[in-house]
Amino acid sequence: MALTTTPRRSGTSPDGEQVDAGAAVRAASTGRVGSRVFAGLSTGAGVLILLTLAAVAVFLVIRAWPALTASSEELGDISWFNGDSVAEYVGPLIFGTLLASVLALLIAVPVSVGIALFISHYAPRRLAQSLGYLIDLLAAIPSVVYGLWGALWLLGVVDPFFEWLSGALGFIPLFADYQAPAKNILSASIVLAVMILPIITAVSREVFLQTPRLHEEASLALGATRWEMVRQAVLPFGRSGVISASMLGLGRALGETMAVLMVISPGFLYSFHLLQPGQHQTIAANIASKFPEASGLSVSALIATGLALFVITFAVNFVARWIIARRAEFSGAN
Amino acid sequence: MAVDTAPAPATSLVDPAQGRLPRWATWAFLAGGVVAAFLLLLVLGNPTVAGVVGLGAVLYAVGATVASFVVEGRRRAVDRLATTLVTGAFLLALIPLVSLVLLVVTRGMTSFSWTFLTTDMVGIFGDMTEGGIAHAIVGTLLITFAAAVISVPIGLLTAIYLVEYGRGPLARAITFLVDVMTGIPSIVAGLFGFAVFTLALGPAFRAGIMGAVALSLLMTPVVIRSVEEMLRLVPNELREASYALGVPKWLTIVKVVLRTAAAGIVTGVMLAVARIIGETAPLLLTVGLVTQMNTSLFEGRMATLPVFAFRQYEQGGTGIDRAWAAALTLILIVMLLNLLARLISRWFAPKGAR
Repeated sequence: MALTTTPRRSGTSPDGEQVDAGAAVRAASTGRVGSRVFAGLSTGAGVLILLTLAAVAVFLVIRAWPALTASSEELGDISWFNGDSVAEYVGPLIFGTLLASVLALLIAVPVSVGIALFISHYAPRRLAQSLGYLIDLLAAIPSVVYGLWGALWLLGVVDPFFEWLSGALGFIPLFADYQAPAKNILSASIVLAVMILPIITAVSREVFLQTPRLHEEASLALGATRWEMVRQAVLPFGRSGVISASMLGLGRALGETMAVLMVISPGFLYSFHLLQPGQHQTIAANIASKFPEASGLSVSALIATGLALFVITFAVNFVARWIIARRAEFSGAN
Repeated sequence: MAVDTAPAPATSLVDPAQGRLPRWATWAFLAGGVVAAFLLLLVLGNPTVAGVVGLGAVLYAVGATVASFVVEGRRRAVDRLATTLVTGAFLLALIPLVSLVLLVVTRGMTSFSWTFLTTDMVGIFGDMTEGGIAHAIVGTLLITFAAAVISVPIGLLTAIYLVEYGRGPLARAITFLVDVMTGIPSIVAGLFGFAVFTLALGPAFRAGIMGAVALSLLMTPVVIRSVEEMLRLVPNELREASYALGVPKWLTIVKVVLRTAAAGIVTGVMLAVARIIGETAPLLLTVGLVTQMNTSLFEGRMATLPVFAFRQYEQGGTGIDRAWAAALTLILIVMLLNLLARLISRWFAPKGAR
């Protein structure tokens, strides 16, 4: 496509071909060559992006292949391997990854929507921008620092709350069997929730700010209170934006490594005991904890689990972006 | 259209005969809630700050809503409750931010010193409190710089393609996949860097460049996005004026478009650097950790700040202090980059562009 626009551009330039003066011809031709080279370079860079994405998939498949095709005896030689095949091994990990991410989403989405509303419709207009910047700061903090914070501070803070929760609601299996250092999946999810809060807030805030002013003023003019205006005008308008923001947050939570690695005490079970340590592990944290000591077939097995994570996050992000793109095409705001 | 679908309230306007709570009522209820929470916890056992604030907030929400319901009616009570919850969500998000910053600063300061910044970890074992992060700082800067050298040209050219040349399905596909690429988990990027280099150079190969390639996979989409945004801000009149003077397209892009957007591009690149400088997982898989300085990107393992902090945390004991100090250093670098980026965009923003 780029190559077809370039000749048109040089064609419309002051008719270089017909003028006989050498300087003009030279200027026009360097212009044309330069344009072609530049167009080629930038198109090449764009294509390189597509190739890189394909290369990620191809290289992961190549490296994972030995483990995917290995017999159960060969896999059994790996000291930490349980199950007969990679699929069987990765099953509880996928479960743990999804559980941690969904819990994080359940915590983060209501809070994020609240913050986004606060910044877009409740805070004093002059303060709103700096308050938004304050929330964006959360996104700038490195994940290993979140890990330290979660492991060395948060675990102590949530401990009395979990104690109470397990005591009062322990008859529900979800909250049963709490044990003192809160190295369970719920703590990990709280850290994940804090980490995905900024992105959900940022996207929701943008959508809320795009609400047509006339809708809001019409609602207020009919005598609605501020909350009624928000419910009637802002939330319906922003619904798809909030959904896609949540999907982006989900994608981020699925792939987050350090926070889970440093907080959770791992286990490989399909378990809904949220407060019990040693029940769950996520794909990313499992790779990070085993990879440095792995060699040979065990590397392949870990890369195979990474491939599964890649496919899951790719699908989630794909759907999220698709919703955003569709909204941009059809929404009346743009 | 949203307004049409809303159910008509039973009383379409707030009844003017109904009373309003005075303005100071909010503060009165807030104070009352906190005091009541304190007394309640005092009776039950020991009042902690977290407990008093948490219970006080709940008591305030309940008390103010009930009072508003009685005096002002249902609709105003709901409105008041919504305001409380929305404000509460914001304050809730400040808890991790404030506690994290306080914790990193106070815990980090215990080992943070000039010697800590300028020594490495050679010969440090057991409970020794000496040792430092000079090698990790150098490693982090080198690897991040290499990642930037890879991503910035590719990101810049791709953004130019998308804004200046791209039409049709290829450009749409690239735009879409760049967005999807932003969501690649960092650990997968690490596995990619590992797979590429070990397939080519044998399974035992380790070098800083592996980490740099992995990080550039994460950095490139961020660069593309921010540069693209900046290029779109350049007014079309500038391009057209340049074409009208007979300047070829590529020179227009280099001399007019890029020049105008330069400050924004630098800002975007620095924010992208700040984003990846704290990445841990990809470096854990590819570059690992060593105790001494390694200034070659193409040979052997390197130490980096995030991996150093993680390993010291794992080791426990005096390592925890070093982990906090390394975290403090990392956050200082990230904040410095963020601050610089914002200052650059403020100082060098094209005059009258917005």
